Amino acid sequence: MSMELEHVSFTYSKGTPYEKEVLHDISLTIEKSDFTAIIGHTGSGKSTLIQNLNGLLHPTAGRALIEGTDLAGKSPEARAARSKVGMVFQYPEHQLFAETVYEDVAFGPRNLGLGEDEVERRVREAMAFVGLDYEALARRSPFNLSGGQMRRVAIAGVVSMQPEYLILDEPSAGLDPGARRDVFREILELYRKRKMGMIMVTHSMEDALQFATRLIVLNDGRVFLDGKPADLFRERRQELIRVGMDIPEIYKLADALRAAGIDIPETITDRAALVKVLRRRKGGK
Amino acid sequence: MLGDITLGQYYPGNSFIHGLDPRTKIIVTLLSIVAVFLAQSVAAYAILWAMVFFVIAVSRLPFLLVLRSVKPLLFIIVLTLAMHVLIGQGETVLYQWKFIRVTEEGVAMGVKMSMRLMLLLMFSSVLTFTTSPIVLTDGIESLLRPFRRVGVPAHELAMMMTIALRFIPTLLEETDRIIKAQTSRGADFQSGSLLQRAKNMLPILIPLFISAFRRADELAVAMEARCYHGGEGRTRMHQLAYRRGDVAAFGFAVVLLALLALLRWGPLARL
Repeated sequence: MSMELEHVSFTYSKGTPYEKEVLHDISLTIEKSDFTAIIGHTGSGKSTLIQNLNGLLHPTAGRALIEGTDLAGKSPEARAARSKVGMVFQYPEHQLFAETVYEDVAFGPRNLGLGEDEVERRVREAMAFVGLDYEALARRSPFNLSGGQMRRVAIAGVVSMQPEYLILDEPSAGLDPGARRDVFREILELYRKRKMGMIMVTHSMEDALQFATRLIVLNDGRVFLDGKPADLFRERRQELIRVGMDIPEIYKLADALRAAGIDIPETITDRAALVKVLRRRKGGK
Repeated sequence: MLGDITLGQYYPGNSFIHGLDPRTKIIVTLLSIVAVFLAQSVAAYAILWAMVFFVIAVSRLPFLLVLRSVKPLLFIIVLTLAMHVLIGQGETVLYQWKFIRVTEEGVAMGVKMSMRLMLLLMFSSVLTFTTSPIVLTDGIESLLRPFRRVGVPAHELAMMMTIALRFIPTLLEETDRIIKAQTSRGADFQSGSLLQRAKNMLPILIPLFISAFRRADELAVAMEARCYHGGEGRTRMHQLAYRRGDVAAFGFAVVLLALLALLRWGPLARL
């Protein structure tokens, strides 16, 4: 179960003076079992990449496949393949339009041509998954909710289509810490319980370290680094810093301590472990 | 999807014409347009074409780019030509078949009219190619200022234009994103009856309006927070100032206009 990009290049405005190649010959296999984080500078091609992954854009060279089916084209198979990938854009609450939360979440399932019973079942389930109380909120206008709730309604609108993969573009942008935590809890829930393949674009190395099982770093339209987040931060952080990328605070702190002559093992990836090492050191003295 | 739409057609450069004051360019363009309307004789058109080429050369714009500005009105130009050629008035009939009557005068008139349209487009596109929309608005505001006394809200008009120009790309981007988001939720904008298709647009239009209002609101607050209170007593960062080049440009326009006037009414009219 995987998505594949085979030698994908993407050029905007091909054949005009404004032609610009933003992806250069990218080959990737994204496993459904992974929580993949995609990180890169603004303009590194992240947005273009994810739009190629769900068929909103089609590669100008190469192919994008899901379970072996090409996403491009008008055939029913290609359409079905595209519908396996849900996409939550940045600030998805800006796409809400319906009079009630129910209607908005039901938009996707209705477009799938499902019967009203099934639509309702899916709306209930999707709302439950993102932690929205159906009885209290389904009949309310989505525009009178809090920012965090609006975002969850928007995510529910994608989840209700029951995609096999979910692409999230900066799902926590602009949320306060509480709402952020809630949104991530629900995303993890979808990943662990519903077994949705997760692909998350983020600017936050902390989020990548905390949630992702695989980290893809894009730079200049190419895959710059690819691997387990902890491995990349442990072994390749100099390269990340060199291309102007941030690394998680915990690694910065550990490096600073090392520079000050304190011996910190390279395996440290979280605060608790670091505190433990420091305590032991102090106790040993 | 909407990325192909280019608004404003500013073509950055640092030629003599790029550096002129926007007011100069607007007035010179207006004078040139008057000159185009004065032209009647072959000699007059020859001068105008020479001037267009001269101006394009000085502006260092790619010639084809300026020529392409004729394209949106190509249909009308061809239609004008065809109408005059096919059902022209005049004595010297060159060809006649049923109601179609090709006359020498008709052909001449058709060629003149279509050349006139092309010249108008090319002169005015040099203005828009060499002046960024913001600078152009500044120029318009400055030129309209004397009319404030008779109730023309010059500053407000200019501010509205500036804001509209500023937000068009933003809204296009937003539209693009909303279309994509709804498409990935299975929305279909292409099929169905006209009414159905109009209804299908709602998931795009409603979020778009909401975001436009939200942006307008935020912008209003941001402007008020910085004490914006209209044009009264407002100074500007880029002061418009006429330089020596502007005098030359005005000179060019006056000479052109005088020449065309002479060719029409003066002793040169028989050329």
